[in-house]
Amino acid sequence: MIEVSELTVRFGGVTPLDGVTLTFAEGTCGLIGPNGAGKSTFFNVLSGFVKPARGKIKAFDEDLLSMPHFKRARWGVRRTFQTEQAIEQLSVFDNVAMIHEHSALPRTTRRADTLEAISFVGLDIDPDRSVGTLGAAERRLVEVARAVVGRPRLVLLDEPAAGLPEAETAHMGDVIRRIPEKSGALVILVDHDMSLVSACCGVTSVLDFGRLIATGPTAEVLRNENVIRAYLGTEMIDETAVTA
Amino acid sequence: MTATKVPDSNVSGDGARVALSVQIQRLDRRTKIRAAVVILLLAFCLLLLPSIISGYYVIAMTQVVVYAIVALGLGVLVGRVGLVSLGQAAVLALGAWVAARLLFATSLPYPLVLLMSGVITMVLGTLVGLPALRMRGLYLALITLMLAGAITTVLETTNFPNGGNGFLGYNGASVQPPAIRRPSIATSDPGFLRYSIVVAILMFLLVVWHLRSRPGRAWAAIRQSEASALAAGINTTRYKLWAFALASFLAGVAGGLLAGSDRFLYSYDFQTQDSITLLAVVLMGGVYNIWGAVIAALFMQLLPQILNQIGVSPYWLIVLFGIGALQVLTTAPAGIVDQMPKDLARLGRFIFRQFRRPAPSEGGAQ
Repeated sequence: MIEVSELTVRFGGVTPLDGVTLTFAEGTCGLIGPNGAGKSTFFNVLSGFVKPARGKIKAFDEDLLSMPHFKRARWGVRRTFQTEQAIEQLSVFDNVAMIHEHSALPRTTRRADTLEAISFVGLDIDPDRSVGTLGAAERRLVEVARAVVGRPRLVLLDEPAAGLPEAETAHMGDVIRRIPEKSGALVILVDHDMSLVSACCGVTSVLDFGRLIATGPTAEVLRNENVIRAYLGTEMIDETAVTA
Repeated sequence: MTATKVPDSNVSGDGARVALSVQIQRLDRRTKIRAAVVILLLAFCLLLLPSIISGYYVIAMTQVVVYAIVALGLGVLVGRVGLVSLGQAAVLALGAWVAARLLFATSLPYPLVLLMSGVITMVLGTLVGLPALRMRGLYLALITLMLAGAITTVLETTNFPNGGNGFLGYNGASVQPPAIRRPSIATSDPGFLRYSIVVAILMFLLVVWHLRSRPGRAWAAIRQSEASALAAGINTTRYKLWAFALASFLAGVAGGLLAGSDRFLYSYDFQTQDSITLLAVVLMGGVYNIWGAVIAALFMQLLPQILNQIGVSPYWLIVLFGIGALQVLTTAPAGIVDQMPKDLARLGRFIFRQFRRPAPSEGGAQ
C-alpha cells in the first residue's frame, strides 16, 4: 500500500503537484489525467528524481522519500518511462539481468529469474538477441520484463503501450493485469488509452492541474462528470452514453 | 545418452528444438572461425611480424601497440559510457613518467612496474574524471582538454622528471639522461614489440571482461539514459569513475610500455593536441568495437611513419583525420571497423556480379 499525503511539488512558479493526498491499495491502480496534470512528476517523485516541497509518501509502511534513488531501486521501486528506455547495445537477457544485479537479490537466482521475467511478458525470442534489433512492441515488453524481474514491490508504468497497435496493446494489458499476482507488487499505470486502463485497473485516480479530482472504481471514475469535463471530453460522454 | 542423437526434423514437436540446436551449431561455427582468425592474426603479429619488418617499422609498430591500449580506454569512455575525454594523451604522459621514475628508482621486475604505473596513473587519471560527475558532452571535453593542457604545460616548463637517476630524477635541463631499462627477456626492439603485444592482449582481455560483466551493462545503461540507469538502481557516480579509472589504468600501462620503447622521454614528446588527434582517430576506428582501437592506433602511429618514409609531411594527417572523422561521423557512426567489412562484402558482391553476368542482356541499362 502506498499512502501519499499532502504531496506538493514546485518548479519555480509552477506547481505540478498541489497537495495531493491519495492511497493506492493493491493490485493495478490507474492514474490518468490530461497532459501536464502531474502524472509523470508524481512518478518522478516516487523514483527520486524530484524532491517534493511538502508531503509524505509511505510505501508499505516505509518512508520512501528518505531513500536515495539507487536505494529505492534496491528496495523494489521499478519503472518504465514514457519514451522507451530498453538499452539498445545490450541483449534482451542482459537488459533484464542488469536490473536483477542492482536489486540486492541473490546472484544464484539471476539467470532463472531473468528468463522467467522474459517469458512472463510473453517474449518468444532468443534472449541473446540485441535489443537494437527488436520492434517497438518487443522493446516495450523488454521494459516491462525489466520492471517485474526478481522481487518488485512498486511497479510504475508510464504509458507502456503508447504507440502500439491494438493487438499489441491488448497483449500488454494482459501482461500488466498479471503482474500483481505474479510478484505481489503494487502496479500504478499511467496511460491515455482508456480501454487499457479499464481493462487493467480496478481503481483509478484522476489528476488535473496537479490536484486530485476523482478516485474510485474505474468504471465510476470514467463516468464522473468532473473527469469527463476536465479530461475525457464530450466525445467520451457520447460514447459512454452509447455503452451505458 | 540418446540426447545427442539429432531428432527427425519432420517431427513437428521437435522442430523448434532442432532449429535452436542448428542455430547454436551455426553460431558456434561462426565464433570458432572468428576465434581462429584472431588467433592466427595474433600469432602472426607475435611470431612473424617482428622478424620480417625493418627496424624502423618495429619501433613504429611498438608505438601502434602502445596507442592501441590508450585508444581502447578512450573507446570505452566514449563508446560505452558516453563520456568524451580530450585528456587521454596527457594521462599517457603521466603513465610514461611514472613508469620511468619507477624503472630508474627501483629494480622491480618490469611487469610489476607496468602494474604499478597503471595503478598510480589510475588514481591520477580518475581525478581528471571527477568533472565528469557533474558534466557531459562539450563541457566535459573542454575541461579534460584544459587539464591535459595543464599537465603538458607543467611537464614542459618545469622539465621536471627529465630522466636522471633516482626517484625524483631531476638532473638539470641539458644533461643527456640515461636510457630507461627494458625487461631482461625483451631487450631488443623486436623482443620489446613482442612483449608489448602480449601486454596489449592482456589489456584487451581485461576490457572484454569488463564489458561482458556488471560494469559493462551499467555503462551501457548510463550511456543510453542516466535517468533510466538511476531508476535501475545503478550508482552512476561509481560506474562513471570506474570507467575513468579503467581508461587511466590502460593509459598507465601503455605509458609503461612507451617508456621502455622510447628509452628516453622528453616532455616535448607529449603535446596537448595529441589528445585531440587521439579522439579523432578513435572515432574513425570505431568506438563500439574493441578492434576499432587497433585501427585508431594504426592511423595515429603507423600512417605518419609511412608518410615520412615516402617523403610526405605527416602534418597533413591533421587535415586527413579531420576529414576522416567528419566522414565517419556523418556516414558510418560505428567507425571503420564496422563499415569496412560491409563495404568489402558489397565490393565482393559487385565483383562477383560482374563476373557472373558479363552479358549486358539483363539490367544492363543500369
